[in-house]
Amino acid sequence: MGLLPEAPDETRRIILKSAVGLAALGLGAGAALTSAHATADAKAWPQDAFKQKSEADALKALYGKSAEPSDKVNLDAPEIAENGAVVPIAIASTLPNVTGIAILVLENPNTLAAAYKIPEGTEASVASRLKMAKTSKVVAVVESGGKLYTATKEVKVTVGGCGG
Amino acid sequence: MASTIRVRAIASGDSTQVQSLISHPMDSGFVKDSKGQLIPPHHIEVVEFEHAGKIVFTCLWGPAVSKDPYVKFTFKGGKKGDDLKVSWVDNKGQSDSLVAKIQ
Repeated sequence: MGLLPEAPDETRRIILKSAVGLAALGLGAGAALTSAHATADAKAWPQDAFKQKSEADALKALYGKSAEPSDKVNLDAPEIAENGAVVPIAIASTLPNVTGIAILVLENPNTLAAAYKIPEGTEASVASRLKMAKTSKVVAVVESGGKLYTATKEVKVTVGGCGG
Repeated sequence: MASTIRVRAIASGDSTQVQSLISHPMDSGFVKDSKGQLIPPHHIEVVEFEHAGKIVFTCLWGPAVSKDPYVKFTFKGGKKGDDLKVSWVDNKGQSDSLVAKIQ
């Protein structure tokens, strides 16, 4: 080994590196091609429901019915959210045959924040993070056996700066 | 480019817990930039999670979902080594998808 000069070894390394790089590029291109055929279906998005300004209208647009409160819907949200841009919200339910979960923030410009479809075999439990414009009631909606049940909690949003 | 999707799916017992983070601005359309111009809405609309040819979870998201959205859910079935496919599409028609292995 000592007899060989340094240079060829380095060239070999560079050649190896570029070969690996090319292979990775090829794989990336392949992945991009296959993913183009099987992406999420944009038509599934309920555009109307996301434009509604009130709880009743949003629920009507999304599920076509109204809801009743239930203690079997568990809404886990902070009492006070220091940062309205990231409010952790978790919803779970012990109701049977849950097919959907939705989250409404009543004081946001558009009431409906997110909706989830729960197929059979998936637990009625979801955690995610939402934006809140200001202090507002948050409503968790669970669709179970064709009916809607809700739980409501007020989340205070403290705006940073100016002693807000 | 690295994938916009990070997903961790862990099988335990007869169910699989999935946690996912997607890198996305989720612009609401109500925020102004430094020049006072409204930043137009740009947010993910639909996210689908697919296991063994079946969609196990669908997210329908409005602009009120936080930047770089996070979601956690659990589904029955799934075992170590299985594929879990995640795909999203946003209101500008951009999309991404990823196949992750259940751990």
